[in-house]
Amino acid sequence: MSMPFYVAPEQMMKDRADYARKGIARGRSLAAVTYGDGILIVAENPSNTLRKVSEIYDRIAFGGVGRYNEYDQLRVAGVRAADLKGYAYSRDDVDARSLANQYSQILGQIFTHEVKPMEVEILIAEVRGSSGEDQMFHVLYDGTVVDEHNYSVLGGDSEVIAERVSQTWSENLSLRDALRVAVGALAGPDRTLSATDLEVAVLARSDGRRAFRRLDDNQVAEHLS
Amino acid sequence: MPFFLPADDPGPSFSNLLQRMGHNPLPDPGMAVPVTHATTCVAMRFADGVVMAGDRRATSGNLISHRAMEKVFPADRHSGIAIAGAAGPAMEMVKLFQLQLEHYEKVEGGELSLDGKANQLSQMVRSNLPAAMQGLVVVPIFAGFDLRRNMGRLFTYDVTGGRYEERDHSATGSGSLHAGTVIKVAYRDGLTRDEGIDLCLRALFEAADEDSATGGPDLMRGIFPVVATITAQGFERVSDDELSGRFRALLDALAANPGGPAQ
Repeated sequence: MSMPFYVAPEQMMKDRADYARKGIARGRSLAAVTYGDGILIVAENPSNTLRKVSEIYDRIAFGGVGRYNEYDQLRVAGVRAADLKGYAYSRDDVDARSLANQYSQILGQIFTHEVKPMEVEILIAEVRGSSGEDQMFHVLYDGTVVDEHNYSVLGGDSEVIAERVSQTWSENLSLRDALRVAVGALAGPDRTLSATDLEVAVLARSDGRRAFRRLDDNQVAEHLS
Repeated sequence: MPFFLPADDPGPSFSNLLQRMGHNPLPDPGMAVPVTHATTCVAMRFADGVVMAGDRRATSGNLISHRAMEKVFPADRHSGIAIAGAAGPAMEMVKLFQLQLEHYEKVEGGELSLDGKANQLSQMVRSNLPAAMQGLVVVPIFAGFDLRRNMGRLFTYDVTGGRYEERDHSATGSGSLHAGTVIKVAYRDGLTRDEGIDLCLRALFEAADEDSATGGPDLMRGIFPVVATITAQGFERVSDDELSGRFRALLDALAANPGGPAQ
């Protein structure tokens, strides 16, 4: 009879975390920054159809980086949870914090119990009455939730990019300026990103019930020019 | 959070999801019950799209149970739904239908075609059939602007979920005979927005004049029918101020020629 080798729990968790981080680092990053009228989310994504940024509910958006099939499965679960909750209670009762907690539970469960962890990082953003109340939750592959303010960066190079955002971001930016901050930070000093390399969406307070809106390539190019 | 394995996934349908989660949104009451009824709605095409209108009265038997009920709703950006029949199940159906369209749009990342939306509503009306047999009949009109064909279209339904595309106009509810006739006589192709709205208001006014379950304009309380236009720019409700002006003009015209048609 063969005996499995003993692997210390610390080692096992570390291996899984390394595996997830490597998977995430292979993809490109995403940055969300608050601006005067809400939250702007910019992802580096050459595809025009496979989305990284999507609508979850009236005032809540989702962003994912890493493995497409995994974060898309999480996105759909979020839409379902939100729509069910809004149907059973009221549209006002659907909030980002509760969704972030549920995502955290799922990712934590999968990280410890499944064969492989999900190679994803996700963002759940919600606009509220004024820019000081906007919420952004950054959920990691192991279920860690980070409550972020002003801006949030997901992906392999997130620390470097977040550092660049912090140098140019300020409160109450216009949409145009916010887009320049996010794109500049994603591109870094050595590259330039054009509208076709980007996926851009906003949660705009002034847009009425459904605050989520995508900006097409023409609109993005206009803001960047 | 509802998390499904790929083989077990309920897809983009919100009603499938509800069933999977153990909700049964439109149950059969099992017996005939007296309920609140919503009455007359009309819809017709005009040059830029469709216009829908519904009176505001709800009745329970011979009593008026609500004076300001709304029967015309946006279904999504480019379509609307008007309902007549048992108010409770009808409101639930509208709520579910709106959610169904939004849920599909979010899960799939794109809107359903107008035919797809009309078909969805057909299935919902059909699922209400057992309740309809007990007297809880819900008969909607669905209208929208078809962005693929670039034209306004409208659909009527029967209690079995039968779906019938109407070419130009339709009416539903207790006053539909009168309202429908007014529209039928005056309708022509290419009506302007103003003409379309005025014709809908006239139709509802005449229905209210003949049918006790249909409410007329309530100038005293400032309650007017819900009127909405749906064009390439989307669903837009006509303001009460505008309706008030149009009704006053209609009443003046009728008063100037008592017993005869308004000019």
